[in-house]
Amino acid sequence: MESFKNISSIVTPLDKVNVDTDQIIPKQFLKLVQKSGFGKFLFFNWRYDEAENKKSDFILNDPKYDDSKILISGDNFGCGSSREHAVWALKDYGFSVIIAPSFADIFFSNCFKNGLLPISLDEKLVEILQKETDPISIDLEKQSIKTPRQEIHFDIDSHMKKILLEGLDDIAQTFQYEDKITNFEKNSKIPSVL
Amino acid sequence: MGKTLFEKIWESHVVVEKPNNPSLIYIDRHLIHEVTSPQAFDGLRMNNRKVRRPDLTIATMDHNVPTNDRSLPILDQTSAIQIQTLEKNCKDFGITLFDINSPNQGIVHVIGPQLGITLPGSTIVCGDSHTSTHGAFGALALGIGTSDVEHVLASQTIWLEKPKPFEIKIKGKRKNPHAVTAKDIVLSIIKNIGTGGGTGTVIEYRGEGIEDLSMEQRMTICNMSIEAGARAGLIAPDEKTFDYLRGRKYTPKNYESLVEEWREYLKTDNDATFEKQFTLHIDDIAPQVSWGTNPGMTCDVTESVPFPDEFAHGDPNQEKGAEKALNYMNLKPGTPIEDIKIDRVFIGSCTNARLEDLIEASKVVRGQKISPSVRAMVVPGSQMVKKQAEEMGLDKIFIDANFEWREAGCSMCLGMNPDILSPGERCASTSNRNFEGRQGTGGRTHLVSPVMAAAAAIKGHFVDVRKMDLN
Repeated sequence: MESFKNISSIVTPLDKVNVDTDQIIPKQFLKLVQKSGFGKFLFFNWRYDEAENKKSDFILNDPKYDDSKILISGDNFGCGSSREHAVWALKDYGFSVIIAPSFADIFFSNCFKNGLLPISLDEKLVEILQKETDPISIDLEKQSIKTPRQEIHFDIDSHMKKILLEGLDDIAQTFQYEDKITNFEKNSKIPSVL
Repeated sequence: MGKTLFEKIWESHVVVEKPNNPSLIYIDRHLIHEVTSPQAFDGLRMNNRKVRRPDLTIATMDHNVPTNDRSLPILDQTSAIQIQTLEKNCKDFGITLFDINSPNQGIVHVIGPQLGITLPGSTIVCGDSHTSTHGAFGALALGIGTSDVEHVLASQTIWLEKPKPFEIKIKGKRKNPHAVTAKDIVLSIIKNIGTGGGTGTVIEYRGEGIEDLSMEQRMTICNMSIEAGARAGLIAPDEKTFDYLRGRKYTPKNYESLVEEWREYLKTDNDATFEKQFTLHIDDIAPQVSWGTNPGMTCDVTESVPFPDEFAHGDPNQEKGAEKALNYMNLKPGTPIEDIKIDRVFIGSCTNARLEDLIEASKVVRGQKISPSVRAMVVPGSQMVKKQAEEMGLDKIFIDANFEWREAGCSMCLGMNPDILSPGERCASTSNRNFEGRQGTGGRTHLVSPVMAAAAAIKGHFVDVRKMDLN
């Protein structure tokens, strides 16, 4: 996985709560067998009408946000289905950071496996950032969000931070503990299925 | 101090633990399906890795399999490729697969328990959020993303932040348990605690209202834990649990000695503490119908579609959400739920497509015809459920009433196969998610129990099933 680089970009304010992964990437696009190319299907049913023309009232269709790397949304972002395709689509579309008051657990965990930084912030701060029209910068090492007017600190689990900063391969990390896994298996009481 | 059931299962599966870091947790059972696994196998190949424990891994195809004639080729090329990819991956990596022609094929969360793969006190994962279903057996069962599927294939473990234990107590007794079902209990819970109410927690459902339920009803409750945002749902195993699993195809040979241990150990100690608590009294709850675009947007069948401000209780974001939902659902506030006409009925999904669900729904349908304006289908949760139902003659009851009787799969719960709603169609569905477009782009989903769905099929609109004779 690529390591997370600090970014500076305007924010895309998606003013909705409970954005579920069915909206982020609708089911008709889950049939691909690779991880790439999902960006064009991001928020498909909100971006396009039945004739697949862009809907003018959806924020991602405003060319002003074309280069935005930061998506800001409401409470419980990424709820519902465990589909990691949602994270692949956000990343492939060009987002590196998602800011929301809270995230659903499986989505949150999927982000870190793909170099996408989810930042959960107090609702009032999220509202302030949603109105920010100038570019903001995000520094993961310092855990800081800088706007032209203020600097906001964000919390992140130290282990997750390390994974993003170093772009670590999760499985290679785990293999360091192979002895412990083998040892656990020797003492396990749950028999194999077959 | 005592421990909760969750803490006991967690502690018995920790491989590596470091302060303020996620723990490495051992996984006893890994279930895989065609949609969330191909990229995981690709990752293994790219890094020259093997599947560590093929003997703990079971695969089936459920999400995009057609539910009509299985002797026909799959017309959708992308679905066909995904299914062939799973076949090849299972062959290459030595994993047992129940393919489209297997008598054991079905929705992964229906076949796990039916085959005795699901065990109390075990850890189970699957690249599917409704893995929480297996918690009904006292297993810690988690939905995971594809990267974690790859991680489990390679190492039989996952890194996990320890969730917090959440107690939900179900008190009282339902007056009419045929009409007010497990689905109504779990929808009532979500309506009260919200779709994010369980985030970061493992819910343990307790109390007489849970003990009274059959295993299949308990699965319905645990299945929808994810709709409250919980990492998993749990119910302590009891004699019903042990009886259910006895003598199934993959029930372990040393089952009785395992049961002895489970009976003693797999329960929350009296002096254990939960970080969060909620109590639901079920004496007077009504059948539930969702009116919006998430499972928390639900009300009693006797109520009317709420006004957004009334639903939001002063939260402007929730109010906006409710306005958008009503707009999408094309519903006016104040409309009695029983006046809402429907076009489609779907009885199926990992929430409500087990034998008992079909038996209960058949009691409503027996000797009746569905409304001429409704198209209705029953999609059994597994080929085994289908066979058992056919042996009881349930297929005839549904077919005589003009229901379509289908082969097993996820079907219209998420519409990855050809079973979808057309834009604007309104469906009474026994599934778990009423998200926008979930059952087909522009489709409108109302979540209900199997008996409520069956009653709506007959009448052409929602009806309080308590008014019908269900004995």
